[in-house]
Amino acid sequence: MLVEYFTIGIFIAIAIAFACFAVLASHFLGQRKPSAIKQAPYECGMTTVGSSFRRVPIKYYIIAMLFLIFDIEVVFLYPWAVVFKEYRVFAFVSMAVFLGILILAYIYIWKKGALEWE
Amino acid sequence: METIGTILQWLIFLGMAFTSILASVLLITRKNPIHSALFLILNFLCVAVIYLLLYSQFIAIIQVLVYAGAIVMLIVFVIMLLDLEEELRSRLKLFYSKVIGSVLAVLFLFGLIYGLVATSPTGKTGSYTAEKMSANVKAVGEALFNQYLFPFEVVSILLVVAIIGAVILSKRKLS
Amino acid sequence: MKLPEIDLYLIAPEIILTAFGFLVLLADVFSPRTEKKGYLGILSLIGIVVAFFYTLPLIGSGKSGFEGMFTADGFALFLKVTFLIIAFITILISMGYAEREGIAFGEYYALILFSTLGMSLMASGTHLITIFLGLETMSIAIYVLAGMLREDRRSVESAFKYFLLGAFATGFLLYGIALLYGATGSLQLKEIATYIASKNLLRNPMLMISLVFLTIGFGFKIASVPFHMWTPDVYEGAPTSITAFMATGVKAAGFAALIRVFFTALPQFRPDWTSIMWLISVATMTVGNIVAISQSNIKRMLAYSSIAHAGYILVAFVAGNDIGISGILFYLMAYAFMNLGAFTCVILLGKKGEENTLITDYSGIGFKYPLLAASMTVFLLSMAGIPPLGGFMAKVYVFSAAVKEKFYWLAILGVLNSAVSVYYYLRVTVLMYFREPQREITGLQFSPASVLALIIALIGTFYMGLFPANVLSFAQKSIVGLM
Repeated sequence: MLVEYFTIGIFIAIAIAFACFAVLASHFLGQRKPSAIKQAPYECGMTTVGSSFRRVPIKYYIIAMLFLIFDIEVVFLYPWAVVFKEYRVFAFVSMAVFLGILILAYIYIWKKGALEWE
Repeated sequence: METIGTILQWLIFLGMAFTSILASVLLITRKNPIHSALFLILNFLCVAVIYLLLYSQFIAIIQVLVYAGAIVMLIVFVIMLLDLEEELRSRLKLFYSKVIGSVLAVLFLFGLIYGLVATSPTGKTGSYTAEKMSANVKAVGEALFNQYLFPFEVVSILLVVAIIGAVILSKRKLS
Repeated sequence: MKLPEIDLYLIAPEIILTAFGFLVLLADVFSPRTEKKGYLGILSLIGIVVAFFYTLPLIGSGKSGFEGMFTADGFALFLKVTFLIIAFITILISMGYAEREGIAFGEYYALILFSTLGMSLMASGTHLITIFLGLETMSIAIYVLAGMLREDRRSVESAFKYFLLGAFATGFLLYGIALLYGATGSLQLKEIATYIASKNLLRNPMLMISLVFLTIGFGFKIASVPFHMWTPDVYEGAPTSITAFMATGVKAAGFAALIRVFFTALPQFRPDWTSIMWLISVATMTVGNIVAISQSNIKRMLAYSSIAHAGYILVAFVAGNDIGISGILFYLMAYAFMNLGAFTCVILLGKKGEENTLITDYSGIGFKYPLLAASMTVFLLSMAGIPPLGGFMAKVYVFSAAVKEKFYWLAILGVLNSAVSVYYYLRVTVLMYFREPQREITGLQFSPASVLALIIALIGTFYMGLFPANVLSFAQKSIVGLM
């Protein structure tokens, strides 16, 4: 039951505590002498001109979208992996049909050049 | 030991519930949309923990993997595609839609509360009860490869249609 | 451990549609880019024909399978035949049109095949998950097809509007399905009905809300008032061939799912949804017809006319008897022929860049293109319900179903509405024959495929008007066991 998650809970608690400790310790222990250059967003290079909010090209969007669609496969692969031992060939064939259809789509994407950086 | 466990469970639930509400309020009030997206992730993570408390291990994992991972990433990309300064410059005033939206939200809240209080559950439970679900993802897998095999295969075609749509509508040069 | 039953023969039409969808898709990307792609349309047509010949032997078997997910009963098969006819004619008219507008990609035909697959899943689904997946497969393909003319602002607007509102409607539908599951613990339509009957859940608020949400979700897809707002803009902006596909195929699929869900899963709620649907039906007919009168763009006019036709079909849905449901099936097929025919005429008269779509552009074409104008007149008169055309018989069945169930007012309002509709259908005809042309229309290209589509649509419209008994008896046999 949920008790099994207790160790994970301890792990998360320690991780958070450690991160907080590191930040707070450097905050209290270290000494700071701020100057204009140190406060700049980038210590070296040019100062930024205009807003940093720029519209990115749509090609990023295609990649993101395709990633999302293939990511959804994970939803099905996970329970598939769990029951694979019982269903064996049947599970294999079912997943092969599912993935086969998606691989055809992947071939389409590939040949269409949708993954090329235009 | 039992009682401590129950109390701990309650504490975790309350913490997560309030954090998720706080995150959603911050999500819709932030000016910077990237901050909103980050609060969305926080909200998704809290909800994932609530799913765990409901013994829905599988949905919790999907919530983290697909929602907090892939979908928020897509949202961030969409934010970056848009010209947000343009929106600020146009001084778009959404006063009325905010009022209407708030009224509808409150009405919906009361509707849900009424629904929870007034409806008597019909008493029907599906075959996948909390006890069965708590053990593992196996129950999901068994349902998927048994009763739901046909819809499962159809999903792949649905995904293919979505892929074609994404490519054809957003690719710059088609031929 | 038991393995699920799998009967591939049962879903043979669906498998074939999928296979040909991929074939077209991959044939396009694997062929040289400079090549002419005329064969893609022919390949898709072959796919439709093969699927058709795998559908026919299933008729009469009434089998279902896949753990109660899927059925190949008469109702589903009649509609599948309708969808395949619609897809066939759509691809025929696309072959010239898509070439002209520069969208004749493999994706275009593949999406038409996939959305036809979605429609047939909607008709065959006996489980809300199957129906929902079919609906989404169809809808997503159509959203994309509506935006295929990427250079045209109206097309992009059309796709965007349809997508946003469609996603919203899908949300309602899904919420309705979730509530239904919450109340009954099942998504299998028959199991839902059994559970509601056994526990007497007629006044359960959860189910009432679910009923309303399902009505909204399906009402959007069939373009009924007040969920029709998207229709004119989307129909106007989308490529004309896709508008024809939407007006006939999507509507028919929406009705298929609506009838299946309401009559199989929620028959106990019939008094409730009858009164809702009565109102929706009257509003849909009236709004559609009255607003259609004032339209100046032919595609917008046909959009409002398609709203009005959804209203007529809902008349039979309200009646809900045997003649009503078989009348709906008859109506959907007759409407497919006449509406696809009318859109074919619109395409043949149009030019690249969606030109010549104003109603005034039709002035005087009766002299210049007599055969085209005559066909357009036939289709418009059929839609108006003038004998001896298919549209007339369809209306007779629909209204007589209402009279038989004593919905006299509904039938009277329907007939009055048909009378109003004659005005705007005849206006186009009058313009074509009795007015001088306002400007010269030249350089029309009559692609052989479109002409073939026109001939098929004409034959269908006349056949269903002159020999309605054959199709009607097929429809009557099809609904056995549905209710």
